This record gives sequence, structure tokens and C-alpha cells, in this order.
Amino acid sequence: MEFLLYMGDVFTPINFGLLLLGTIGGLILGATPGLSPTMAVALLIPFTFQLEAAQGLILLGAAYTSTVAGGAVSAILLKIPGAPANIATTLDGHTMAQKGEGAKALQISFLASAVGGVFGVLLLIFLTPVLAQWALAFGPSHLFWLAILGVTVIGSLDSASVVKGLLSGCIGLWLATIGFDDIMGAQRFIFHPALGGGINIIAALIGLFAIPQVITMFAKGRRGDGAEVIAVQKHPISGAIRELLRNKRALGIGTATGSIIGLIPGVGGQIAGLVAYDQSKKFSPDREKFGTGHPEGVIAAESANNAMVGPSLVPLLTLSIPGSPTAAVLLGGLLIHGIFPGTDLFDNHPDVAWTFINSMLIGQVLMCIFGLYVAGLAARVAQVPQAVMAAIVLGLAVFGSYSVQSSMGDVYVMAALGVMMYFLERFGFSAAPLVLGLILGPIAEANFIQGSMIATATDGMAPYFFGGPLNILLIAVVIASILYSAWMELRSRRYTSKEEIIA
Amino acid sequence: MSAPSLPRLQHIIGSGVVAAVGIWVAYVSYTQQPAEAFLFPRLIASVFVVLALWTFAKACLGWTKVGTGITARQFTNLAPGLGVALVYIFWAAKGLGFYTATSIAFFILLSLYDPAPHGALKSWVKRVIITACFMAVMYGLFALLLKVYTPREVFF
Repeated sequence: MEFLLYMGDVFTPINFGLLLLGTIGGLILGATPGLSPTMAVALLIPFTFQLEAAQGLILLGAAYTSTVAGGAVSAILLKIPGAPANIATTLDGHTMAQKGEGAKALQISFLASAVGGVFGVLLLIFLTPVLAQWALAFGPSHLFWLAILGVTVIGSLDSASVVKGLLSGCIGLWLATIGFDDIMGAQRFIFHPALGGGINIIAALIGLFAIPQVITMFAKGRRGDGAEVIAVQKHPISGAIRELLRNKRALGIGTATGSIIGLIPGVGGQIAGLVAYDQSKKFSPDREKFGTGHPEGVIAAESANNAMVGPSLVPLLTLSIPGSPTAAVLLGGLLIHGIFPGTDLFDNHPDVAWTFINSMLIGQVLMCIFGLYVAGLAARVAQVPQAVMAAIVLGLAVFGSYSVQSSMGDVYVMAALGVMMYFLERFGFSAAPLVLGLILGPIAEANFIQGSMIATATDGMAPYFFGGPLNILLIAVVIASILYSAWMELRSRRYTSKEEIIA
Repeated sequence: MSAPSLPRLQHIIGSGVVAAVGIWVAYVSYTQQPAEAFLFPRLIASVFVVLALWTFAKACLGWTKVGTGITARQFTNLAPGLGVALVYIFWAAKGLGFYTATSIAFFILLSLYDPAPHGALKSWVKRVIITACFMAVMYGLFALLLKVYTPREVFF
């Protein structure tokens, strides 16, 4: 119950103000099609430099939580999922809105999000310290395999093609080696002066997530968005609460599914929402009503994608393995404040860790309260022309990446990586494994070098890196995740795409 | 034998570029000194080059999903915006000054992509107002709040 000791820290004027700002801003950003939670959090990182670590994390955590929930607004009112996590919400939510039940759909989506989210954060609170202690048993070889696991799991599970996902991860790992070698001081792959200090993670994150979105908006050309906001009639909140209580099964399935999926590194909210929707449909006596504006569909999808948020941070805060691309960006936010996840975080910075986690708990409640009021405004923001959004995001990306180190080199790196990622994405490559490679590359290399030194002085490389139950287990998980994904890829297409839903 | 479709041709070119980068990374990793500094890059480069060549071979043989590619229409749409963005980032931001370059780039991008009619005076006034508001927010956030010193070359 250590977390209770730091509960008061969430309510200091600055911390609570940042929590409110992150929550309301996140709801609006989440509702804006084209602004994914990952991109929103990446663009926010430069604003956290001047804040204390806990304050910065409160802002980022609140934005993460509420952008996922805010995405439901455009999914329901515009039939455009604000984020991939809201794809399943569109199936029933938009049909409800078309039938004049938009307000009810929004209310039950925020209530279900809050229930799922609170459960997910409670899992985070109770699982994280236990796993962090367990992580103490990890030596350099285990940490090396964990870093490789993080890249391969996201590379294989989060991409349309396993080979391209793994290749993206390799590109990220290679990019992480650019600059001066830490031990010998040797120059590695510095083919332009801007790369002398290596690739700055924050600039890279902004470029990889924001610039492809900007170019995608350019590619749509000079046309109106054509998305019409469905008018919302008033609906009593008590009615939405009763509806939620009537659909406890969907709420339970969504919350449990989201929590379990969130714990698996690399599996994002998009899958959580769709799996929960599918499972609720299977177990529902009204399964034929799914897809026709049935509240159970909205409840299952929204409770799942928010229940995923808390558990996706468990592997991040204990083992430095982000559970989702947005968690990877949060890891970047931790590292810029000189804080490393794992036991260091809970032993040396318990105030930072617990204030951040507690703020996510309170944030779920705030998100529910404000979500209902901000929904109308958020839907209006979602109608902002793409030209304006593209220009705003480009400006923020340039200023944000420059402000990291006041270096034009970072701006050039941000732009070059972003343009490269846009073209790679057109051919089935994915930004998430590349980012994971970039973030986990230094961790993998440091432990590989340290492990090689130990191995040379003891049994040799093969017994050190491939021996022992924990090494074997981690290697087995790496191989299993790749084989499973390859099998799934051969068997069928794995996900429903955003385009398919909109069509 | 028929010519490959546009997305497939683009895919071959794209995966060819990735394969070329993979070969270069492997070459540098295995030839540069001191060898100890390239121990980890060699490990990565070995996997990188194998996967990249595999992807390239599959692309050439047509055995892989090609992705959506870029249609001629999309390219025509994105080219002016991308051109403005690249000139802004790689030259104007440093050459003219951050705020001046951002204002100009922002206004040009709005003018290029805003669906509002170009002939109407009202839409031009709207674009000027949006640009001014955006720049005021950026100045407030970065110059006043975050105290970021940005390059002020020819102009502000």
C-alpha cells in the first residue's frame, strides 16, 4: 500500500493542474483524427523538460490515458476512430449515434473507459513492485535478451509483415549505434555532422510519429474532410450508468481482456478493443445485435482499450520493455529526466513512480467527468481542416525537436527520419519496432558488452548468453513470438484496418 | 512477361534502398577499426542485411505484400507540401529566422491545402488570422514559457 503514501502529491496545485491540462488536452487531441496517442505524447515531451520528473510524467500519463478515451468521440460521432484503439468502438458506437443515441454512446464509452482504466491502473499498482523486485535477479545477459525481446515482440506482433517488422527493429537498433562508441570513443556511422552526438531519441520520436502523419495529410490534397458530426441529443447520465450495470458481462470481458493484452509487450489497444468486442459478441445472448448499434459492443471495446493502458506500463516500469508504442515514448520521457525504470525507479525515486501511477488513477476519474463535457467541443475540433492540422503539427514538430538541445541537427534528424518513415510505411514497414530498437538499442548494447566481458573472463560467450533457465526462457519467448506471428500471417490477415471500418 | 504494377515497382525500389543500406552497414561494421567498437553493430548488421536481402528478393519475385504504395495522385498532392516543409526545415528556419520561416511556411501550407476557395477574400483573411494566432501561441509557448532561444538570422 506504498502508493497511498504519495496520493497527496497528486493534489498539489501544479500537479493537479497538469493532470487536468493533460486530461482535457488529451481528450481533444484524441478526438482529432490523425493525431494518435503516441504522436500526441511525443509532441508533448519537449514541454516537460522544464518540469520536474513527476510533473512531466503526470502530463504525459494523463495525455496517454485520455487520448485513448477521446478517440471514441470521433469514432462515435464521425465514424473516424481517433486512434487505432477505437476501431472496435466505431462498429456499434457510430450506429448508435445514427439512431439518435450519440449522447448515450458517448456516456457509456467514457464510463466503461473509466471502469476499465481504473482496474488497469490497480493492476499496475499491485503488479509493478513485485515484478520490479523480481527484475533484480536479471544479469547483463538477461537484460540483453529482454531488450531483444522488446524489439522482436513489437516487430512481429505490431506489424503487417513479420519480416518487415523485424527489419524495422534492426534499423532502429542500428540507428541507436550512430555516434561515438561509449567505451572506445570511436566514431560509428557518422556520415553527416548532425549525427555527431548520435540520434536524439526525442527528436527521432517526434519525427517518426508526427512527420508521416503530416505527409499523409498532404497526400489527401486540397479537399474538405467530408466528415459530418452527428448532432447529439441530451441523455441522462443515470440512464447510461444503468445501461453499464445491465451489461456487466461485456464490461467484465472488456476489462479482463484489455488488462491481459496490456501486460503482453507489443500488443496494443487496437487488438485489445477488437478481441474484447469479439469475445463479448461470442458470449452475448444478443450477439446478432452487435454491429447494429448495441451498447454492449461500445462497452466491451472501450473498457478494453483503457484497461490496456495501465498494464502496458508494467513491463516498462519494471523491465524497461514498453508494452506499447506510446509506452515507448513514455520511456523516452523517463530517460530525459535521468530516471531508469526497474528497481532504480522504485528504490531511488519512489515519489516520482508513485505520484505518476496515482495520477493515472485519478486521471481515469477526471477523464470520465470531463469526457462527457468535452465531447461536444472535441467533436468540433475533429472537424478542423487537415491543412490546418498538418501545418500545426509540422510547426510543433520543428519547434519541439529544436528545443530538446537547441540544435538544428536534431531538427534535420527529425525531418529525415520522418520522411523516411513515411515512405517505409507505404511498403508495410512500421514505426513502432523502429522506435523500440532506437530506445532499447543502447540498453541491449551496454548489456551485450558487459556480458561479453564477463563471458570472456568465465565460461565463454555461448554458455553465458545461451545457458541458464532464464536465458533459455527469454530466447524461447523471442522465438515463439516470431513463429506465432509468422503462423498468423500465413493463416490470415490479423487485424481489421481503420480503412476497412471507415469504408 | 508483363511489367510490375506501380506499387510493386515502388516496393522493389524501396526494399532495394533498404537492402543497400543494410549492405553498407554490414560493410562498415566489419571493416572499420577499432573492431571492439563495432562488436554490437556487427551483430545487428548481420541480421539487418539478411532480413533486408530477403525482403528485397521477395519484392523482386512478387512474393510479398507490397503495401499501399503511393499513387500518382497522392504524389502530386503531397509534393508541394513536402517541398515547402523541406525548404522550411533545411534552409529557411536557419537562414531567415525561426519565427519568420515558420509563419511563411505555415501560411503557404494553409494556402496550398485549405479547401476554402482561393478566389474569396474572406478565406485569405481567415488564413492570415489563423497564421497569426498560431505564431502567437508558438511564441508564447517556446519563447516566453520555455525560454527556448531560436535562431534569429536575417529576420526574427
